Amino acid sequence: MKLLEMHHVKKSFDGNAVLKQISLSVEEGEVVSIIGPSGSGKSTLLRCATLLETMDDGDLYYLGEAAAKSEAGRAVYAPSESIKKIERQFGLVFQNFNLFPHYSVLKNIMDAPLHVQKRDKAEVKEEAMRLLHKMGLSDRANAYPCQLSGGQQQRVSIARALAMKPKILFFDEPTSALDPELTGEILKVITDLAKENMTMVIVTHEMYFAKDVSDRMIFMDQGVIVEETTPDALFASENERTRAFLGKYHLGGD
Amino acid sequence: MSFEVMMRQLSGGMFTTIQIFVLTLLFSLPLGLLIAFGRMSKHAMLRGAAKIYISIMRGTPLMLQLLVVYFGPYYIFGIGITSSYRAYAVIIAFAVNYAAYFAEIYRGGIESMPAGQYEAAKVLGYTKVQTFFRIIFPQVIKRILPSVTNEVITLVKDTSLAFSIAYVEMFTTAKAIAASQKSMVPLMAAGIFYYVFNFVVAALMEVWEKKLSYYR
Ligand SMILES: Nc1ncnc2c1ncn2[C@@H]1O[C@H](COP(=O)(O)OP(=O)(O)OP(=O)(O)O)[C@@H](O)[C@H]1O
Ligand SMILES: [Mg+2]
Repeated sequence: MKLLEMHHVKKSFDGNAVLKQISLSVEEGEVVSIIGPSGSGKSTLLRCATLLETMDDGDLYYLGEAAAKSEAGRAVYAPSESIKKIERQFGLVFQNFNLFPHYSVLKNIMDAPLHVQKRDKAEVKEEAMRLLHKMGLSDRANAYPCQLSGGQQQRVSIARALAMKPKILFFDEPTSALDPELTGEILKVITDLAKENMTMVIVTHEMYFAKDVSDRMIFMDQGVIVEETTPDALFASENERTRAFLGKYHLGGD
Repeated sequence: MSFEVMMRQLSGGMFTTIQIFVLTLLFSLPLGLLIAFGRMSKHAMLRGAAKIYISIMRGTPLMLQLLVVYFGPYYIFGIGITSSYRAYAVIIAFAVNYAAYFAEIYRGGIESMPAGQYEAAKVLGYTKVQTFFRIIFPQVIKRILPSVTNEVITLVKDTSLAFSIAYVEMFTTAKAIAASQKSMVPLMAAGIFYYVFNFVVAALMEVWEKKLSYYR
């Protein structure tokens, strides 16, 4: 079954069409990367998928359940009980982490499982420590976000998202706010998650990484999907816009 | 009058002053938050009402507000004023006045919070109420503490305005004793009291600020 389905998504800001009929679906276990120039609508697409932004028109399904359906040219959202259920299916990792600065690392990870999902404290703590171990941060459980490097903060925010046990995880440029020497550690974490068959949609400017980690890549430009194919096919693309964009990263076909 | 008797009388006023101070904060801090919510509401009516309220409370003298609250029931509605109402009038006037100042402080703090905090909370499934009380408000407190300290120190001194409706607090007592004894001592004692009171308040607020400095 398709984990995520978006059909004909439209979104404008003040008459400026940012998403023009975008469709995107993701199978369970799939890793999809979205690339494209600045302003092409990548973040807006993720924000629509994670319900941070409302679509003007289009359908949005998680595991066959509708969060929104297009009716007479408008996206009509499901009632809040259904939305609450659907919100449990996904997690989002932000470019600038958005950790809660007043909570320790451990509390950042445990707070939502405890107070949103109302899970058992001992179980949540065990899970949090397991995730911290996986992120190589076992010794920083009691630190505060301001005491961590950017890379460490991003790893905490990934652990925080994973602690909710989402079916699909979205990343919006997870390394863009980091110094180049710190991006590697985040890319490694995401690569490891891919090996564990975590379903992920990743917006990134890290072309080599995207090529390595993805099952499928999407090239977006000016609010439309220009190409959607395997990494190898995308990097060998004959499409002019794709080539022009990839050329900037010195990864062009020739 | 012996120094001892003088001090005993003054300490009665001192107690009343501390009482005004504590009760005013107890009521105005939560009320201020409600008004701040009104001020930031989606509903234009509510927003407008809160705006006018704040503008009047900040734009007219507190002493005048005290007189209105105290004499208003009689002049406007013809309700007889009992002497016990005096104490209520003081607390009501101070609380509604300070709530307006606190409302603006809360609003500044809440509006300074980055949208990312709300978004992170939303994606994690926090309800609006949880988001506010678990994520936003604790950080707002840290941000507004210096401005709150300023208001609180002003409040210590403002309590003396209660004399305008003849409510017997520290300042009124000191003035009465000074007049009857033809002595500066009670006024100086009052001055020292206000100073020490403020010193303690400022020190406590500083401790609180330090306690919250574990994060940025
Ligand atoms: N809340 C908003 N209000 C108005 N315009 C917006 C808003 N959010 C995005 N936009 C506009 O929509 C367009 C697409 O923005 P978006 O952030 O989705 O691009 P992006 O592909 O993520 O770019 P980048 O690579 O720079 O992150 C931009 O022109 C942007 O200015
Ligand atoms: Mg973006």
